[in-house]
Amino acid sequence: MLKVNNLKIYYKTPLGFVKAVDGVSFEVKKGEIFGIAGESGCGKSTLVNSLVLRKPPMVHMGGEAILDGKNIMTLNEKEYRKIRYTKLSIIPQYSLNALNPTKRIKEIVRDLAKEHGYKDREEIENKLRERLKMVGLSEQVANMYPIELSGGMKQRAVMVVSTLLDPKLLIADEITSALDVTNQRIILELLYSFIKEEKIVDSIIFITHDMGLLDKIADRIMIMYAGKVVEIGPTEKIINEPAHPYTQMLLNSLPRLGISYREIKLQEIPGEPPALLKPPSGCRLHPRCPYAMQICKEEPDMIKIGRNHFVACHMYRG
Amino acid sequence: MKISKETLRIAFGNTKFKVGFVIILIFVLWAMIGPLLTPFDSMGYYPVKFGERIAPKPSLPSLKPGSVGEIFTPQGAVEVKHYLGTDSFGRDIYAQLVYGLRSSLFIGLIAGGLATLIGLLIGFVAGYKGGWADESLMMITNIMLVIPTMALLIIIAAYLPYRGVGIESLIIGLTAWPWTARAVRAQTLSLKRRGFVDLARISGMSESKILFGEILPNMMSYVFMVFILQFGGSILAAVGLDFIGLGPTRGMSLGIMLQQAVLWNAINLGYWWWAIPPGLVIAVLITGLYLINTGLDEIFNPRLRRE
Amino acid sequence: MGEIISLHVTCIGGEIVKNAILQVKNLTKVFKTGFIKGFEIRAVDNVNFTINRGEIVSLIGESGSGKTTIGKLILRLLTPTSGQILFRGQDVSKLKGVNLKAYYQNVQGVFQDPFSSVNPLYKVDHLFDIIFTNLLTDADRERQNTLIEGALRSVKLNPKNVLGKYPHQLSGGQLQRVLLARALILRPELLIADEIVSMLDASVRIGVLNLLGEFRNKYGMSVLFITHDLSLGYYISDKAIIMYRGTIVEMGDIKKVFHNPLHPYTQMLLQSVPDLNVKWELKRRIKPEKEEKGIYAIDGCRYAPRCPKKMEICQKKRPELLEVEKDHWVACYIVQ
Repeated sequence: MLKVNNLKIYYKTPLGFVKAVDGVSFEVKKGEIFGIAGESGCGKSTLVNSLVLRKPPMVHMGGEAILDGKNIMTLNEKEYRKIRYTKLSIIPQYSLNALNPTKRIKEIVRDLAKEHGYKDREEIENKLRERLKMVGLSEQVANMYPIELSGGMKQRAVMVVSTLLDPKLLIADEITSALDVTNQRIILELLYSFIKEEKIVDSIIFITHDMGLLDKIADRIMIMYAGKVVEIGPTEKIINEPAHPYTQMLLNSLPRLGISYREIKLQEIPGEPPALLKPPSGCRLHPRCPYAMQICKEEPDMIKIGRNHFVACHMYRG
Repeated sequence: MKISKETLRIAFGNTKFKVGFVIILIFVLWAMIGPLLTPFDSMGYYPVKFGERIAPKPSLPSLKPGSVGEIFTPQGAVEVKHYLGTDSFGRDIYAQLVYGLRSSLFIGLIAGGLATLIGLLIGFVAGYKGGWADESLMMITNIMLVIPTMALLIIIAAYLPYRGVGIESLIIGLTAWPWTARAVRAQTLSLKRRGFVDLARISGMSESKILFGEILPNMMSYVFMVFILQFGGSILAAVGLDFIGLGPTRGMSLGIMLQQAVLWNAINLGYWWWAIPPGLVIAVLITGLYLINTGLDEIFNPRLRRE
Repeated sequence: MGEIISLHVTCIGGEIVKNAILQVKNLTKVFKTGFIKGFEIRAVDNVNFTINRGEIVSLIGESGSGKTTIGKLILRLLTPTSGQILFRGQDVSKLKGVNLKAYYQNVQGVFQDPFSSVNPLYKVDHLFDIIFTNLLTDADRERQNTLIEGALRSVKLNPKNVLGKYPHQLSGGQLQRVLLARALILRPELLIADEIVSMLDASVRIGVLNLLGEFRNKYGMSVLFITHDLSLGYYISDKAIIMYRGTIVEMGDIKKVFHNPLHPYTQMLLQSVPDLNVKWELKRRIKPEKEEKGIYAIDGCRYAPRCPKKMEICQKKRPELLEVEKDHWVACYIVQ
């Protein structure tokens, strides 16, 4: 479905280039939920935003992203508009503000549909009603303004709008971080049903910093750190047999039900993520890594350590 | 409140601010030094000594810029250079301009300062206290906002027995504060909810200390910009009043120059050097202020920076 | 000092002597919207609980549960509509002036957004200066510096890396630690920690959270840890209070509440947590919340409209919080 090769996206600033995404490669297969995890500043948001919309100071410095045979990095605005919402759609990070507050939901949808050539008003309104029901919103929501909806309801409305034209690839960028537990679960269940049951979308890229969410919903997970990919693999392997020191340390720092402070004291990852103006040479984790060796100052390759399981760490060489 | 070196560096890195600042600086310097360099008085007359008395005497009327005029004194005829020519009464235009500029800047400062101060006080109290204080103050503000300022000024000025620059500044300042009050109130409302105000409270800080130590400094940049706007607005209001004859009964200002130029048909008679300079000075002055303000907006709000 | 030693002894002994430092009785806070005629929001409705010395209590709830409001009420940033807040037996809900200052030497708070909690115009040193100007007024310069450095070190920060810097020059984790140091310098008996790690990165959270445990162990400090994250609550606390829409639905020893949740809301929460130790069945649908009118005007149990096990009586009269086993209270007719 989507193949990303050595993608480099930098931010141009007065002080130089911030290497936000520095040589990222991965594949998203049809029918799968692909999770991208990492902490703030790792580049995950930059990565997916660059797939959808590149605005200065974002600069495409190299690499390609091939969706359905075409390299979407080289499309011009007109060609882009054709694939946006139809082949590729994103539910952005601040989706609570993504709806035009001066328009009713059905007007937003109507404008969207018209832009992509769907002229039949009734067909679109029927589809809207159907989708609203699917996400558990009443039909009246179509006539409401975004401000009348609560956080969870707005999120579901945004999901409906983003997927109305049945995009093949749906990108969900931290869509649950502002929601509480119940709403979060509802959204996740909806995403699952969109892809596995209703088959509205073919693949989903789910971005989050919460590993617990990916454990529930993702088929494969990619861990990013400081603009690079450190590990990719099936969810089960990443969560239970993490290979990269960063993944291990990250998972060890997460509280789980059943673990209490009096029994096991969890450890945080010491230090801070590097500034991306002048990142450390080679493996970007080496200043903080407990297993750091001399060779870590050189760039590690992605090494295969299992079926579909790859890790970028010198410890696994040979 | 200290202005850090970093703020100054950013401020002067901004083109708009720099240009505006330079313009205003030039005008201020000119207003301060200019009158000292010209022998004429504020009305454009040449002061001639008659024994103990000093009488103002006009030069030759309607001279073009750069011409030389003649003043008849007991000591004989004196030749004077008129850089901007003279008006229909033989008064030096340059002198009128530079004294008028002084007067306009003075009004801008006093009236603008007064309006800012009143608006600050009212907006602050309303925003911070809330409740009935807010409701009543805002009611007064809204009523004042609805009344057209110019009409109010005209009525007040027309009934005053005596009009001087000070009085003019006063009435302009007393009518220009409402929108400042609203804006300051909005800022106060948003600031008082910020986390650091709560933190100051649980650190045992008294309400007044919080007001002046925590909230007010955060509004300073905003207040500064508001003052610049009030400054410019007051100058324009004064020009407006002067132009229709409700300005100071004595003295010269840019507005009065314009008024007299129009009254005495300067444009029709082709005396462009009488009508254009004051208008031009006003326009450039206001533009300079506008540039400062837009520049400040970019400085204080990093998201607007394009450089 | 004597108290700290005795706590130390009793901790080693294995039992913690119950010694209530904070008691909340019938606490209610009603917000009215509109000046003349508006509608009421009962953000906190008749809440009762106790915090003992050396206890870390998690106040768990989703948005709208009233947990942050309770934190603010205890910190006297809001005034209760009715009810009492007793600190060491004394009602603090109406304190003013010098008495309020004395209260703040014993009860402090840290809030959710570190960057919003500090005045961006001043260096972080200002946070400590305020404390010395208003609360610890009899410390001279040298003592002040000693206290500041000590406090920063106890939150695992190097004073040289932090002092003299502006807030935006520090990371969220660092700033939050500075704010903890600020609270700690007073050696308060009770710390209100309102979602203090929610805005921090996942890997940084545990470090900050561990500090709470350390403070409790070293100084006998009690903590009211307000959070929506059950896993974090379980990790650090001794006791849990589960809130829903201004009322307590379940409360008690953390292991009892989490391993044997009795209230339907608690059960739902525990199933929906994206915790690594919890399995989800993604095909089972949760009922989303309907549009919000009049939710606060319900006479009966607030959870009743969404409860899968609701009965007649649930919508008529609010269930009381009753102790169903030792250290485990539930407000639900089904259980009682």
